[in-house]
Amino acid sequence: MGMRYEPVIGLEVHVQLKTRTKMFCGDSAEFGAEPNSHVCPVCLGLPGSLPVVNGRAVELGIRAGLGLNCTIHETSVFARKNYFYPDLPKGYQITQYDRPICTDGWVDARLERGSATVQRVRIRRIHLEEDAGKSLHDRLPGKTAIDLNRAGVPLIEIVTEPDIVSPAHARDFLTRLKQILEYLEVSDCDMEKGSLRVDANVSIRPVGSKTFGTKTELKNMNSFANVERAIAYEIERQAAILDAGGVVEQETLLWDAARNEARPMRSKGDSYDYRYFPEPDLPPLVLEPGEVDAIRATLPELPDAKLRRFQEQYGLPAYDAEVLTATREVADYYEATARAAGDPKAASNWVMTDVLGWLNQRQCAISEFPISPEHLAQLIGLIADGTVSTTLGRQVFAKMAETGREPAVIVQEEGLSQIRDIGQLEAWVDEVIAASPVEADRYRQGNEKLLGFFMGQIMRKSQGKADPKQATELLKRKLSGA
Amino acid sequence: MAVSREEVIQIAALARLRLTEEEVDQFADQLNSVLGHVEELTALDVSSVPMVGGVSEKGIARRSEELGPDLLHLSPSAFAPAWEDGFFSLPRLAALDQSELDEGFADKASLESAGRPDEASVTGEVG
Amino acid sequence: MKGEWGSIAELAAAVAAGRTTATEQVHEALTRLGRIDPAPEGINAFISYDAEVAAARAAEVDGAIAEGRGAGVLAGVPVAIKDNFCTLDHPTTCGSRILEGFRAPYEATAVRRLREAGAVVVGKTNLDEFAMGSTTENSAFGPTRNPRDLTRTAGGSSGGSAAAVAAGIVPAALGSDTGGSVRQPAAYCGIVGLKPSYGRISRYGLVAFASSLDTVGIMSRSVADAALLLEVVAGADRFDATAANIPVPQFRDALEAGLEGLVVGIPREYFPEELDPGIASACRAAIDRIREAGAEVREISLPHTRYAIPTYYLIAPAEASSNLARFDGVHYGMRAPDATSSAAVYDETRSIGFGAEVKRRIMLGTYALAAGHYDAYYARAQSVRALITRDFRQVFDSGVDVIFTPTTFHLPPRLGEKVQDIYRQYYGDIFTVTANLAALPAISIPVGTTEGLPVGGQFIADRWDEVTLLRAAAALERLLSE
Repeated sequence: MGMRYEPVIGLEVHVQLKTRTKMFCGDSAEFGAEPNSHVCPVCLGLPGSLPVVNGRAVELGIRAGLGLNCTIHETSVFARKNYFYPDLPKGYQITQYDRPICTDGWVDARLERGSATVQRVRIRRIHLEEDAGKSLHDRLPGKTAIDLNRAGVPLIEIVTEPDIVSPAHARDFLTRLKQILEYLEVSDCDMEKGSLRVDANVSIRPVGSKTFGTKTELKNMNSFANVERAIAYEIERQAAILDAGGVVEQETLLWDAARNEARPMRSKGDSYDYRYFPEPDLPPLVLEPGEVDAIRATLPELPDAKLRRFQEQYGLPAYDAEVLTATREVADYYEATARAAGDPKAASNWVMTDVLGWLNQRQCAISEFPISPEHLAQLIGLIADGTVSTTLGRQVFAKMAETGREPAVIVQEEGLSQIRDIGQLEAWVDEVIAASPVEADRYRQGNEKLLGFFMGQIMRKSQGKADPKQATELLKRKLSGA
Repeated sequence: MAVSREEVIQIAALARLRLTEEEVDQFADQLNSVLGHVEELTALDVSSVPMVGGVSEKGIARRSEELGPDLLHLSPSAFAPAWEDGFFSLPRLAALDQSELDEGFADKASLESAGRPDEASVTGEVG
Repeated sequence: MKGEWGSIAELAAAVAAGRTTATEQVHEALTRLGRIDPAPEGINAFISYDAEVAAARAAEVDGAIAEGRGAGVLAGVPVAIKDNFCTLDHPTTCGSRILEGFRAPYEATAVRRLREAGAVVVGKTNLDEFAMGSTTENSAFGPTRNPRDLTRTAGGSSGGSAAAVAAGIVPAALGSDTGGSVRQPAAYCGIVGLKPSYGRISRYGLVAFASSLDTVGIMSRSVADAALLLEVVAGADRFDATAANIPVPQFRDALEAGLEGLVVGIPREYFPEELDPGIASACRAAIDRIREAGAEVREISLPHTRYAIPTYYLIAPAEASSNLARFDGVHYGMRAPDATSSAAVYDETRSIGFGAEVKRRIMLGTYALAAGHYDAYYARAQSVRALITRDFRQVFDSGVDVIFTPTTFHLPPRLGEKVQDIYRQYYGDIFTVTANLAALPAISIPVGTTEGLPVGGQFIADRWDEVTLLRAAAALERLLSE
């Protein structure tokens, strides 16, 4: 594209709230049930049914707003958005229109992956609304099948200002957003399950220009990587049009991940008239005095704050702290381990390498990890005090993960304690030196690398349990001396 | 402010009512009759009153998550006009024939958004 | 007008005491129904009834009494329910082809409360389609005749319920009142029609016409009967966020206090020159009796009354156009038989399924909400509504306890008498719509006759003040029966 144009990007993110029940009725909001099994008169849109607001959804909406630095409005109003679609049984969606619950927030997002430079993305608004059901067009031949389980599930819609400046910036914004919302336990933010959906508005303009170009809307991106790719594609496409002297048409495009291209939706140009009006079946949503403060007091430490604290309090480098704060569960696990062990550095090594490695291999979440922070800390302690070597420590770790038993017990039962008995070590040292006189000579003549050869022998004889430090000392002495 | 025939047709499309030519004329007349009287509202000074958003007050504004739904006495299969395999069904939505189903277009989410009126015209075709 | 057992309270007491049974009462009601109701010569008050089911429900009531499980305050009382309430034992059609044969899978709260108090639903009554109309001639199931003059309509939209009570088939019925649909038919048929404050009775299960105006209404032969039913059905409901969570007074206790000491306001705008002279004279005579009874009669003004009709005919159709979007042939009710495309399912179903008046109001409402019109029409109407409400506020704040007016402009029209000008037809609702717009309780009671036809007089009280409303109405009722 060259640097002739600068992209101007805004995102609309729909996030399903982690409530047990739906936004306006008591049906389960759980994903994955038999079709049309979580339905009642309200979410079926039966005649005579009425919505009643889910208090927990409001609470989660406020949490999200606080975590994203928004102003929370004491009074917000629900509105009807009227349109016809088979998975919208009432013929309107209950949402919030000109009086949303939150406005004026922000998230600082990195401009590039791995870069430390952030640029603020302002959040224009967050509002509460209900999800529609699912229309399946290939389930029944020649027909569209409708499953209303999802109809009425609570959503927040998060709309940013067009402050995003590149595809990478957009991707990082989404990563930060997801992280914050997970920390707050507001949502699973799982794009595969549809609990987070993204639409992008993209336009470009000559660098330095203050006016906005025509924006297009991008839909159907099913991962953050695809969001990045789709936005990049669209920027290129628009640039090519402008370069050729053409005009960008306002339209909606669907991203095709398999073909890596965006295709325009059939549109006759005019936008639909939703005829918004305040929802007469619901009184204005008025928050109690002190309600927002009470919720603010229950917020956990947020990712940025935790990242900084981990660096300061535990002396961790930025990269390590990032990995360890990627999710709250990992951060909590790490912190519990570090405190119990009294050794933040060792804890960080073990968690980053061994624990996360183990989880990645099995595609598990840390909540399913069989070793408790206390036990991991105990293992760290056993290594620190020389009871077991680091190498054998890994064996103990594996055994702990398999059996869930305490490290000390495993070391005991498997006889994995380091052997430090000087007499025994000396005996082995003498044996290996005697067994390899040629190598011993070569060592004495200056080939210091052969130390490893002898250490290997000792390890084999001791089944890995010889205290490496002491063994090394003894070897050196005996090889050089008499 | 008179309602034209064209506007009547547009409104009918928004409301998904198919009108005959005669009905279009009839409704144009009738709407104009009512709307003529409605004009007198514009002369009133409403600066001293807030617009009425709703008249409910003192209701139970928020529901606890403990309470379950109102249980259905009949399964949806009993009242659905068409029901197959546990789904409500209707003839396949038309928009999809347009964007046609290549291999790459498997994601259902796209297909759901494919027909939504963000993209549809004012003549409001569902498909 | 009282039945064999006197008031409803006396009837229920007789059932509880074993002097009669629910089975007997219901059987007699159905016998009367069979004699009086069937079209073409009958009054056609009922759309559906089911003798077997009613007998079974009556048997349940009798069984509970026999087993000592107690009798509710409405034990064995046969009642009729307007066919826009969802009930379990009968279809719910709303007088429309689009719901022909529809069986609701849930029960309206008001109906459930009647049933739990021991009442037995004898059948569903006729109405103007979706409660839109004032003669019950807009029903897909034929008009209802006025029992007092079979060549005339019973009024609307709750014509069926009014006729069923006036003809003595049942002592009480539920109706719905959005712009006068309970009070006007009550006036036309010579019975009592009560519209409580908006929010006094749960609307859950009442098929919505205009959500901010609809109220559940009660039709009965006496004010005392209406008061008893109101006690049974009123009160907060977890399925209706607009139903007030306030205590339900013992309305029956209000009935004896009399008119002495009350300040009764007579609004000059409700006695225009065009008012039918017979109605005017019966109402003026009633006012004289009110004065004689010791009330202070005061002329008042409700200056914005003349704007009530255009205001109502913008707000009600607007909300209705949204409420009726759910009738789409996809989820319940009728589907057009030859619809071969998804678009046709919607368009054909709605075109065949809805009658002309419903279509007219949907068109009007869609127009009022449409982009570019919202401010001038819907929003403007809601502001004028606030002016109308303020008129009442000022009157009640000035010391007036209750307002008295004629209920209707005209006498009951003859069947088939079509008023050519739609607006003039709508204008007939002028005296009743104001109470809906201002959310106030109002009641119509018979105050005399003219040309052999009943005349209704209306009381309107301040919001939540059904106690004063019923007090005044009961007192006048007593005076006029002497």
